[in-house]
Amino acid sequence: MKSKSKIKGKELQVKSRTENLSKIREFIQDFASSAGFNQDTIDNMMLAVDEACTNIIKHAYKLYPDGEIIIKIKYENKKLIITIIDYGNAFQPESIPEPNIQEYYHQHRVGGLGMYLMKTLMDDVKYVSIPGKYNQVLLSKRLNSSR
Amino acid sequence: MAEFNTSVKDQGDVSLLYLNGYLDAHTASVLENNFSDLIAKDKFKIVVNFKDLVYISSAGLGVFMAFIEKIRENNGDIKLTSMSDKVYNIFDLLGFPLLYEIYKSEDEAVKKFEEINKLEK
Repeated sequence: MKSKSKIKGKELQVKSRTENLSKIREFIQDFASSAGFNQDTIDNMMLAVDEACTNIIKHAYKLYPDGEIIIKIKYENKKLIITIIDYGNAFQPESIPEPNIQEYYHQHRVGGLGMYLMKTLMDDVKYVSIPGKYNQVLLSKRLNSSR
Repeated sequence: MAEFNTSVKDQGDVSLLYLNGYLDAHTASVLENNFSDLIAKDKFKIVVNFKDLVYISSAGLGVFMAFIEKIRENNGDIKLTSMSDKVYNIFDLLGFPLLYEIYKSEDEAVKKFEEINKLEK
């Protein structure tokens, strides 16, 4: 794990293992807290980033434990911007179904909840996928956001 | 690494399952094992106490979905109690209150099972 400080931003690089999710959440907590966000908003951002990274571990790397996940975070113009990069399988966000609680009941599993939470908890979520190269998800939140 | 642990206690024919700590994609398997063990012992009346649960992600919510149909097919249920507002909000956001009974206190949830027992007698 490497952690570098920059003037306005920070970066965390971890392997694609679920054991690193807590480290990732702490990284978001520390940065967002120093940027002045309230704890409720920080909790929402931590969950959104956890969901993004869980999706990367499960779907982009298909549980391969030595993939790289790079999380960059910066604060500018009263907005926190989190960029998460992986080198796993390309991701088509439009292929993810909307959550349907009644269907989960019979399927015994959930799918698409993470994506729904990310979109609900953040102000903006953008995916860029360059097949064979990298995937990037960009999450942002304004300091005075209502949720 | 985030800590998550559970404990199970019997109260009559109801199993009380206590969650403690952080429930995410890493720790969800602990809870899966709890439900599998209870089902293997034919224990289908389960009250899950969230009092000491600090955090839940969708991987944790998925565990409840994995077992609920099987448990209800056996005349049981998973009833949820004592959630913090923060944890409840995540359940609510995803529509879980439509499928699960959520109570303020453990006593209320246990009583619900007892009422059903009386009706069945």
